Amino acid sequence: MIWDLHCHLSGVTGRTPAERMGRLIEIADRVGIERLCFYMGMTWTKEPTPEDLQKQNDEVLEALQHYHDRAFGFCYVSGDHVEKSLSEIERCIAAGPMVGIKLWVAHHCNDPAIDPIIRRAAELKAVIYQHTWLKTDGTTYPGESSPYDLVELAKRHPRTPLILGHTGGQWELGIRAVRAYPNVSIDIAGSDPTAGLVEMAVRELGAERVIYGSDCGGRSFASQIAKVHGAEISEREKRLIFKENLKRMLMPILKAKNVQV
Amino acid sequence: MIDVNVYLHRWPFRRVPGDEPEALVAKLRAAGVTQAWCGSFDALLHRDIAAVNSRLAVECRKFGPGFLEPFGAVNPTLPDWQDDIRRCQETHSMKGIRLHPNYHGYKLDDPRVVELLSAAAARKLLVQIAVTMEDERTQHPLVQVPHVDLAPLVAQLESLTALRVVVLNAFRGAKVDVVDKLASSRRAWFEIATKENVAGVEALVQQVGHERVLFGSYAPLFIHESAVWKLRESPLGGGQLEAIQTGNARQLIGAA
Repeated sequence: MIWDLHCHLSGVTGRTPAERMGRLIEIADRVGIERLCFYMGMTWTKEPTPEDLQKQNDEVLEALQHYHDRAFGFCYVSGDHVEKSLSEIERCIAAGPMVGIKLWVAHHCNDPAIDPIIRRAAELKAVIYQHTWLKTDGTTYPGESSPYDLVELAKRHPRTPLILGHTGGQWELGIRAVRAYPNVSIDIAGSDPTAGLVEMAVRELGAERVIYGSDCGGRSFASQIAKVHGAEISEREKRLIFKENLKRMLMPILKAKNVQV
Repeated sequence: MIDVNVYLHRWPFRRVPGDEPEALVAKLRAAGVTQAWCGSFDALLHRDIAAVNSRLAVECRKFGPGFLEPFGAVNPTLPDWQDDIRRCQETHSMKGIRLHPNYHGYKLDDPRVVELLSAAAARKLLVQIAVTMEDERTQHPLVQVPHVDLAPLVAQLESLTALRVVVLNAFRGAKVDVVDKLASSRRAWFEIATKENVAGVEALVQQVGHERVLFGSYAPLFIHESAVWKLRESPLGGGQLEAIQTGNARQLIGAA
């Protein structure tokens, strides 16, 4: 079975968060996905206000209500709004059911201003996910982090596990950028199913640092699952990537919350 | 299962698992593929297209006789491209050709394209057009290649009534309304290698009808399992699955 690190309530039909969650679970069942991690709401903006963060977290909380046995929530936070992010972490993680944080664009993650967010998430044992994309076509979003930004963050927090979203987009560079930083794992979600990505990641980082995610609903579960199923790696390595690595990262906070899996 | 979107030779920017023909053929056969329509990655940047097509034909015969179906490249910006199309059919017995307008530097409203498509239609050759070869965000910084604009193809299909086109790797670059118009012509088909979103094939079938959808993997650059799992991800009933996997492509190539 598969645990999916990277799911959204966008890119799928449904009028409410619950309807969209139901639709995604139905499709996930067809391809053997057991657990799904959700972050961000039904409508996104690249420079979210504090109110946007709260609203999108509310939508994820609503979606989770009937699916606690299948889905986990990550709290959407932003380096542009540190105080609001900290209060959302208290509301959604410390006092709520969420188990991780998601940092997207708008604020580069190498800025020490985000350190209070990282420290509080680490105290709560929350999984820390940072979107990254290195683009060659000039379409980088304002404040969009690169793998190099994440490396600066990783150097400041060497004992805090961090996840490099999308393997940095240009995965041949992303993998090399984080190779020397063992507290950084990579998320393979949200890119075309190009052959060789997972093989290089396993070769350079070890399978223990590679995590399956889809980036659904904008991406197909199938295309992302294929990156692992079709990779020329061992069955043990596939099990680590599909489930065991994410489960290992989540277990401390799940235990703290008395969540049985 | 007929895979209409496969490549031999080398992707120019990295070695890819399964890019040796023996390995590729073994992988496709193991997945249940009974025929694979093959182009050549060499055709993207090589100028000696005649040699590329000749190698493609020889290697298809050598490594997959009756299994690998070669689709030669034609570049209408090259001198005497007309002889390439003639050789594809008369020398190499190809059933179709594969065009890469973006890598070859022309638009589909170029007058030479009208001549090329007319010639292909007259010869009853299938025409495959590859819209995208790589996510534009990850292309090599020195080789930035835009998506192919398919809009002019709508008029070409209206005027050339014998023309049949298979659009490859359409869904990163093609506009929804253009796909709708091409599908309405009933002489354009779409394969699924770049179709994303959850249950994307189901959505594509709703958009263009299952008669217009073909199984394509874009192997070996894309992992072949991606296209296979997409069929599992979308509920396809009432003969739709068989049509997409095999029936539509068999009918197309049978008429070539």
